[in-house]
Amino acid sequence: MKPPPFAYTAPRTVDAALEALAEPGAKVLAGGQSLIPLLNMRLAAPARLVDINGVAGLGALEATAAGVRAGALVRHAAAGRSEGAARVQPLLRRAVRHVAHPAVRNRGTVVGSLAHADPAAELPAVLAVLGGAVEAASVRGRRTIPAGAFFAGPLEPALAPDELAVSAFFPAAPPRSGSAFAETSRRHGDYALAGVAVTVALGADGTVRSARAGYLGVGATPLVLDLTSVAAEGACAAAFARENVDPDGDVHASADYRRHLAGVLTDRALREATAEALAEARLDGPGARDGDGGGGGAA
Amino acid sequence: MSTRMFGEPIARREDPRLLTGQGRFLDDLGRGALAAAFVRSPHAHARVTGIDVADALDVDGLVAIYTWDDLPGRVAEPLPLLIPHPALTHGRTGYALARDVVRHVGEPVAMVVAADRYLAEDAAERVRVGYEPLPAVVGIENAERARDLVHPDVPGNVGAVLLQENGDAPAAIADAPHVLEFRLSIERSASTPLEGRGVYARWDADDGSLRVYSSTQASTSVRAAIAAKLDLPPGKVEVVAPDVGGGFGVKIVHPWPEEVLVPWAARLLGREVKWAEDRREHFVASAHERGQLHDVRVGFDGAGRVLGLDVRILHDHGAYTPYGIIIPIVTSTQLLGPYRIGAYRAEVRSLYTNTLIVTPYRGAGRPQGVFCMERTMDRIAAHLGLDRADVRAANLIQPDEFPYDQGLTFQDGRPLVYDSGDYPELLRRVRDLIGWDAFEGERRAAAARGRRIGIGLGCYVEGTGVGPYEGGHVEIDSAGRVHVSTGLTSQGQGHQTAFAQIAAAELGVPIESVRVTTGDTRRFGYAVGTFASRAAVMSGNAIALACRKVRAKALRIAAEALEADPRDLDVTDGVVHVRGDRSAAVPLATVAVLSNPLRYAFDAQTAAATQFATGRPPSEPPVAPGDEPGLEGRDYYSPVRSTFAAGAHAAIVETDPDTAEIRILRYAVVHDCGRLVNPRIVEGQIHGGVAQGVAGALYERMAYDASGQLLNASFMDFLMPYATEVPAVEIDHLETPSPLNPLGIKGAGEAGVIPVSAVIASAVEDAEGIGIDAMPLSPDALFHLRRTSAAWSAAGTGAGTGAGAEAGSAAGAGAGRRREDDDAGGVARGAGDLNPASPPDPSRGGEPRPGQPGIVPEGEL
Repeated sequence: MKPPPFAYTAPRTVDAALEALAEPGAKVLAGGQSLIPLLNMRLAAPARLVDINGVAGLGALEATAAGVRAGALVRHAAAGRSEGAARVQPLLRRAVRHVAHPAVRNRGTVVGSLAHADPAAELPAVLAVLGGAVEAASVRGRRTIPAGAFFAGPLEPALAPDELAVSAFFPAAPPRSGSAFAETSRRHGDYALAGVAVTVALGADGTVRSARAGYLGVGATPLVLDLTSVAAEGACAAAFARENVDPDGDVHASADYRRHLAGVLTDRALREATAEALAEARLDGPGARDGDGGGGGAA
Repeated sequence: MSTRMFGEPIARREDPRLLTGQGRFLDDLGRGALAAAFVRSPHAHARVTGIDVADALDVDGLVAIYTWDDLPGRVAEPLPLLIPHPALTHGRTGYALARDVVRHVGEPVAMVVAADRYLAEDAAERVRVGYEPLPAVVGIENAERARDLVHPDVPGNVGAVLLQENGDAPAAIADAPHVLEFRLSIERSASTPLEGRGVYARWDADDGSLRVYSSTQASTSVRAAIAAKLDLPPGKVEVVAPDVGGGFGVKIVHPWPEEVLVPWAARLLGREVKWAEDRREHFVASAHERGQLHDVRVGFDGAGRVLGLDVRILHDHGAYTPYGIIIPIVTSTQLLGPYRIGAYRAEVRSLYTNTLIVTPYRGAGRPQGVFCMERTMDRIAAHLGLDRADVRAANLIQPDEFPYDQGLTFQDGRPLVYDSGDYPELLRRVRDLIGWDAFEGERRAAAARGRRIGIGLGCYVEGTGVGPYEGGHVEIDSAGRVHVSTGLTSQGQGHQTAFAQIAAAELGVPIESVRVTTGDTRRFGYAVGTFASRAAVMSGNAIALACRKVRAKALRIAAEALEADPRDLDVTDGVVHVRGDRSAAVPLATVAVLSNPLRYAFDAQTAAATQFATGRPPSEPPVAPGDEPGLEGRDYYSPVRSTFAAGAHAAIVETDPDTAEIRILRYAVVHDCGRLVNPRIVEGQIHGGVAQGVAGALYERMAYDASGQLLNASFMDFLMPYATEVPAVEIDHLETPSPLNPLGIKGAGEAGVIPVSAVIASAVEDAEGIGIDAMPLSPDALFHLRRTSAAWSAAGTGAGTGAGAEAGSAAGAGAGRRREDDDAGGVARGAGDLNPASPPDPSRGGEPRPGQPGIVPEGEL
C-alpha cells in the first residue's frame, strides 16, 4: 500500500496552483483524507499532486447574513467550531459532527469533501439541500457551480481537470426555520448507510412554507426531495421518502434496508426540524435570525 | 516466601514504553534493508499459464524477482502441515510461491525485492501473470455440494471427517420426551492484529548464520522451520520476536511463505531483506476463522435436561490446511461447555473452499461451539416455557464432580477431563451481577417508554494451557538484577509484568529488579509458542519452578556465608537473611558473586569471589561436583493435560424499533481462571476479548462474493468495532485453583471472546421475540428478520412484536421459531417438537401453540 510515483508541487498562491493544475494529470491535495488512501491503494495515479495547503487566502470561513462561505482549506473541525457559522446556518455544524472522527475532521476540508463528491458523505447532501454553490477557478477563469449541477455522479464533481474548487457557499437559514441532520451508520463515524439533512421554513402564519430533504447514501448523488406537501404528517413524509430514494445494496446494507432507513430518518429529522422552526417562530418573531447573522467573521 | 506480588493488580510495566511510541516493532527494524513485495493472485482459483517480468525489469532499484521456478530444494516443496491428525485424511498445503495453480485470492505468485517498498510495489505491479480461471468454490454449502473441487485429488472437497462420541446420542434423542432440530451459522472473521505480519532477515556470510526477526507467536518453531527449509543447523539460525502488535492467533501459523522466502533471499543476495505486511495483504494473505454451519438435534426431558445431543458441524477451512483441524476439534469438544450431557455425538466435516486459509483466532473454534450449545439451551427453555438460566442450571456439572471426564479427546490428544470449577456459583453470580431476576420490571418500564430491551446469558468452559511444555530460565547477576527468560512470545499480553510478578514472589525480590525476555531464541531455545491461553499457565509455572531452583541454590550459598542452616533462611527485598533476624543477612547480589568462583576480579565487589578470597576448603574443588557456577536455574513445565477455565456472561441489549440498530446497554462477565497472577491484566484480557466478541456478534464478517473476491478487505469496510461500539464490561472473579500446576492458575487470554455471540443472540432474541440463529447480526439482518417474521405472524394471529415480554417469562421466546432462510444459505426448517408422542403439559402453559406470535406450528418440517 505505497503510492505509485508522482510529481509534487506546493504552490504558495492561487495563481501558481492554477498554473500547476493546467498541466495534464495534476490533482489537488488538500486534507488528503480521501486522496491519500486512494493513492496508497493504487486506485488513483495522478502524474502530479498540487498541494494547496500552503496557498495563501484559501483558509477563510466567512459567515454573513447571506450565508457561510468556506475557503478550500477550511477544515471540518474549524467549520464545526465556528459560532458564527452555526448561527447563520446551524445545519453545517450538525452535519459536520457526523463526519468521521476528530482526527479526520482536523485534517479533512469541507470543500475537499464536496469535491470528492462521495454520495455517502454528509456535506454534499447539506450543500444540495441548502441550494449552495461551489466556486471554481482555473487559468481560464472563475465560475460558480450551483449544487444542483455540481454533483454529476458518484465521486464525480462537475469540475474540469484544471479547476480548483476555491470555496463553497452555504446559504443562511431563513427566518422562522429549523433544520436537522439524521443518519444511521454501522459504527460511530462511518459513512452513513443512509442519512438526511432536513430544512423546514414556516410562513408568517406558522404553517410550513417549505420543507426540503437532502439524502446521502441512498443514490448515486445527493438527492433532494421537496417535502412541503407531505410535511404535515410524518408517516406521509416517510412513505414519500421511501418511494423516491433509489439506494443500492452493498456489503453493509441491502437496498431495502436503506430505503426503509430513508423513511425512518426523514420522519425523525422532519419532526426535529419542524419543532425547531416552531420554536424559532415563537421565540424570536419574524426576522430575528437576519438580525444576528451578519456578525460572523472569518474563522 | 514473599507472596505480595502474586495476585496484585499492579500496572503493566511495559505500558510506558509502548504508549509513548518507544516500542520496537518489526518495521522499526532494518531501516537500510531491501524491501520485499509480493505479486498475489487476483483470482480465487486459476491455473498460472505464464509469468512475464520484462516490464518490471525497467524499475530503477529493482534487485530481484523470484517465482516458484527459482526456488531450490526444500524451499520449493509444499509448506509443512503443522499438526497432522488421523482424521485429516486429505490435508493439503500450498507452496511458498504458487507452482501451477492458485487457490485463493492473495496467494503469493512472485516475490519482488527492491531498494524500498515503494519501488518493490512499482515493480510488482508490472509483473504480468497469465491466469486461466477455474471454477471457484465459495461458501460452505457449495463446498459440500462439490460441483467443483478445490483440489482435484480431494473428493467432495472433504479434508477431514472427525467423529467425537460419548454414548449413543441418536438413540438417546429417539427416546427423549422432547426433540428439537435446527441449523446455526457463524460467519468468518479474523484476528486482524493492528500490526500485520512481517519478517526481517540478515545473513552473516562469514559466520554462516542467519538472524531473523519475525512478528510471530512462535519464534522457536519458526527457527526450526527456517533451519529445515534452508538446510542450516538450528544453532546457526536465531529468531527474535520483537514487540509484536497483537497476534490473536493468526501469528501462530508458521512458517508463512514470507518467513521462508525473506531469509532465503537474504542469504542468496547477501543483503538484509525485510517484508512488512500491509493491511490489504493481511486481509487476503494471512488467515481467517470462525465460518461454520451446525445442524443440531437435541433430545431433552421436561426439566430441560439434555439427554442426547447430535451435532453435524460443517467447517470451512479455506484453501489449505497448514494448521490441521485444531479448530473443529476444539469446536466439537468445547461445545459441551459446563454441562453434563446425556449422550453426545459430533460429526465434523472439514471442507476446502477457494478462500483464505482458516487457522485459530482468539477462541479458536470455541465461540462457534458455545453458540451452538447456548442457542440449544435457549431453545429448550423457550420450548418448555422455562427460565433460560434455570435450564442451564439443570444441566451444570456440580462442584463435587471434578475431575469431570467428558469422555472425548481434546486438541492436545489427551482426554477431555475438567480439572476444577464451580459452575453453579458462576451462574449464580452472573445472575446477580446483571440483575437477571429483576429484569422483567426493567423490561416493562422500558416498554412503557417505547423502548425495546432484552436480556441474555451464556456459559462456557475453555481448555487452556495445553502442552507439550514451556521452559523458564532465571539468572541473578552480581548487581542483584534478575533476568528471566522464556521461549514463548509476547504480543501485548503483559508478560513483562505477570512473569516478573511470579519471579518476584518466588524469589523474594523487588519487581523493579526483574527483567523479562520472551520469544528470543538467543536467550531460550526450547519453546512451543503463545496460543491457547497458555502463556501464564505454561511459562508462568516453568518460571516459578526455575525460580525455586535458583532460590534453593541462593539459600545454600548464603547459608555457607552466614554459617546458618538453609532451612532457617528467607529472602526479603532481594536480601537473604535468617528468618526473624534481618541483621544476619547477605544480598542476592553478593550470593551471585559467591556463586561464581573467579580468577579475575573486574570490580571491588567481585573480588570477594576470587581464589584468594573465598573460604572454600583447599581440599575441595572451587565448584563442587554436581554444582554449576552462577546463580541461575532452568526448569520446564509439562502438564499431563489442560486446565479448564470457565465463565458466564450476560448482557442487556436495546433494539431500535424503527432502525433495527442493536445497542449493548450492559455487559457482565463472571470469570474463573484459577488463581489470578494480576487481576488488572486479566480484566484487560477480558475487555479485549469482549470487544472482539462484540465484533463477531454484531460487526465483523468476510464478505466474499461468488467468485471468491473479498469485497471488504479494508478497515473501512471490515467493521472492527471502535471504542464507541464496545460496552463497559462489569467483571466479577471466581478463583477455583487448578490442581494441575504449582501456581494453581488457568489461562485467561481467550475467555472474553468466547460466549459473546451466544449472549448477544440470546438477548436480541429476548428483546425481539424473533429466533436468532446466525451471527454476526447486522441491523440490516434484523430488519429482514422482522419482516419475514412479521409476514409469517400476519398469516397467523398478527403482530409479532414484543413477544419476549408477552411470553410472560424471562425466557422470552425465539426458539422454536421459524428460521430465516438467509443469504448464508440456511435451510429453512422449523423447530417444533419432533417427538410428537410427547404430550404438552398444559399446566405449565409453556408448550408452544400454533398461532402464538412468532412460534412455529408443530409439523413445520
